[in-house]
Amino acid sequence: MNEILKKRVLTPVTKEIVVSAPRIARKAQPGQFVILRVSEEGERIPLTIADFDREEGTVTLVYQEVGYTTRLLGKLETNDSIMDLAGPLGLPAELPEKGRVVAVGGGVGVAPLLPKCKELHRRGIELISIIGARSSDLVILEDEMRACSNELHICTDDGSRGFKGFVSDKLKQMFETGLNPDEVDEVIAIGPIPMMKATCAVTKEFGVKTWVSMNPIMVDGTGMCGACRVTVGGETKFACVDGPMFDGHLVDWDEAWRRANSYREQEHIANERCRCGGEH
Amino acid sequence: MALKKSRTEMPVQDPEVRKSNFDEVALGYTEEMALEEASRCLNCKKPFCVDGCPVSVRIPEFIKLITEKKYQEAINVVKSTNSLPAVCGRVCPQELQCESKCILGRRGEPVAIGRLERFVADWEMEHGNAEVPEIKPNGKKVAIVGAGPAGLTCAGDLARLGYDVTIFESLHEPGGVLIYGIPEFRLPKDIVRREVDYVKSLGVKIETSFIIGRTMTIEELFDNGFEAVFIGSGAGLPMFMRIPGENLNGVYSANEYLTRINLMKAYKFPEFDTPIVSGKKVAVVGAGNVAMDAVRCALRLGAEKAMIVYRRGREEMPARAEEIHHAEEEGVEFHLLTNPVQILGDEKGWVKGMECIRMELGEPDKSGRRRPVPIQGSEFVMDVDTVIMALGTSPNPILVQTTDGLDAHKWGGLITQSEAGRTTKSRVWAGGDAVTGSATVILAMGAGKAAAKNIHEYLESGKTDW
Ligand SMILES: Cc1cc2nc3c(=O)[nH]c(=O)nc-3n(C[C@H](O)[C@H](O)[C@H](O)COP(=O)(O)OP(=O)(O)OC[C@H]3O[C@@H](n4cnc5c(N)ncnc54)[C@H](O)[C@@H]3O)c2cc1C
Ligand code: SF4
Ligand code: FES
Repeated sequence: MNEILKKRVLTPVTKEIVVSAPRIARKAQPGQFVILRVSEEGERIPLTIADFDREEGTVTLVYQEVGYTTRLLGKLETNDSIMDLAGPLGLPAELPEKGRVVAVGGGVGVAPLLPKCKELHRRGIELISIIGARSSDLVILEDEMRACSNELHICTDDGSRGFKGFVSDKLKQMFETGLNPDEVDEVIAIGPIPMMKATCAVTKEFGVKTWVSMNPIMVDGTGMCGACRVTVGGETKFACVDGPMFDGHLVDWDEAWRRANSYREQEHIANERCRCGGEH
Repeated sequence: MALKKSRTEMPVQDPEVRKSNFDEVALGYTEEMALEEASRCLNCKKPFCVDGCPVSVRIPEFIKLITEKKYQEAINVVKSTNSLPAVCGRVCPQELQCESKCILGRRGEPVAIGRLERFVADWEMEHGNAEVPEIKPNGKKVAIVGAGPAGLTCAGDLARLGYDVTIFESLHEPGGVLIYGIPEFRLPKDIVRREVDYVKSLGVKIETSFIIGRTMTIEELFDNGFEAVFIGSGAGLPMFMRIPGENLNGVYSANEYLTRINLMKAYKFPEFDTPIVSGKKVAVVGAGNVAMDAVRCALRLGAEKAMIVYRRGREEMPARAEEIHHAEEEGVEFHLLTNPVQILGDEKGWVKGMECIRMELGEPDKSGRRRPVPIQGSEFVMDVDTVIMALGTSPNPILVQTTDGLDAHKWGGLITQSEAGRTTKSRVWAGGDAVTGSATVILAMGAGKAAAKNIHEYLESGKTDW
């Protein structure tokens, strides 16, 4: 169970694995995530389901090797198994049946964005996608995104590819230069917290409803601990059961950012430790 | 031999030493101590103690067998009605149950029934062989949701009757609260694992990382050939106070704090990967077993001040007497009649203090306890850097949300229609904290037993009316 069937290196720090998980694949819907653990001593971390195939019984996960656990995960190769894999968790994304949607993805956030875009495309929605990364070699899943989008815009912070600047800047530019906000039914923005925050600031200005996907620190992923608390519209929500998708205009971004960094020091200690092999 | 008024003390780790380790605090009776304590029992004709036991352990009978040094027979008597004696001997609130009824308690101290129960259970682990009965499979499949005391007990009883039982557990390790909640120093995890292994030895299958309502619904369990379902999913949803500052960094629910420590072994970070930030001045809000466990963990993680903050008085504290006593010995401070109003943060968003108000006891409320009322103008700030909310938990709504016809009370507890735990949905039984809200291990176990019996009666009868 949980065997890695395929592994693909998307960028130097981003990997994609296709995992055999028939019972999760059978129920998975866009927007949902899994919780996994890679070793007996391992922590439990959430990863959004980037794709799933019910017939094949597989789920696809994309992760960036940023923390200790994602690095351990990066060590696993084809035919290795993930020790524990639980899901699908969270509420499926509520996607519109018709109309026009702008999908905005930053960095590794493009991965969780993809299953939603595929579903929107399947429903015949007109999809305008903006994806970005720090530089051109870090842009991921471009072909997959292009395949389901009517328009695809690429942005890089350093200008090495496409629009030079943040995805939020690109969106703003598009709203200012022709894309009529009134003709956009909603925006879906997924990526690092600062990117989602900036995108929401733009869409708020132009009055377009925006969904974001929160990825806070989690432990159980089933509503048991409250580690994943986010404040939405002044109310405390548990992202693992009430989300992970929320109305981005109502999220308390500063709190989310602060909570996401609760274990900065500990991460550092864990990363210093050499169980990873040390070549990172 | 003259009757001893006071009970035989149980050796414990020195408080000064134990407050910085996670090893078991209470060390258990030696054989001599057990014999001495067992000899105090009068072997009453009408044993009141048994009435006080939620599963009616035949107490005088097993104690008499101890005096005869027939330990294996003694444990067999206990196990005929209590399937988790090593656990219950350690965590039952005996002072409110069997021991509160013991006749000796009228003149002196009651027989230390819990300690004797623990003694025979531990004796068996060391010397005995927990025999696996011969089982004749009957080919009928039963599904159990949750591997806590309720689910494990129900599964074990049904397996003995020949059922093909599968437990579905959402976490990666079975045991429920016994694994993720109650700390090692009070209930060593080896004991829990042993109990789980015993249930497995009876042929029970346990599927971990399997969330009913997400990975599969109850309806789908029936589609997969299960003929009955027992829900023992506990009460895992933590409550917060809804006061300002609760989402600051350094505020934990007791569930998160204890899960990180017990299930994920954060106290062994970085040997184990899960981190925890437990400060030097830790306040735990609440005074139940959960609060005591959390505050004593805080000490062990290096807190210089570990404090209980509770809005009622000493008498009202719901924790086991022994835990309160042990916490006091270890140096935990008790701030009673004190209620938090808000949590204060520093410029980086970490807890730096907690504003509280003093309370006084007013008129009795519905539960008969005197209601705490705030004393106007008595606000003050406590110097703390970590706050743990241990205010109680309620059942997780996932099952109700995903199962047509399964009804719950407003507060989340599943509605049952009989003592045996029949829910509002046909062929679905429930018991333990999922029905009662946070209660005790023994009650959860008892509910699992009652349901197993009723499931058997129903499936045996061949009826299809429910
Ligand atoms: C910190 C703490 C200390 C305690 N101390 C004591 C004590 O000293 N004495 C005492 O008697 N009692 C104590 N209790 C209470 C006691 O532990 C509980 O009453 C008892 O464990 C309840 O048993 P249960 O089987 O009903 O539920 P639980 O033990 O909660 O087990 C439920 C299990 O179901 C699983 N589950 C939940 N939902 C699903 C789902 N949808 N699909 C699959 N699995 C699911 C959970 O992960 C869990 O493993 C304490 C509780 C806590 C939290
Ligand atoms: S009531 Fe006390 S003395 Fe009497 S049988 Fe029970 S434990 Fe023994
Ligand atoms: S991760 Fe524990 S409640 Fe959400």
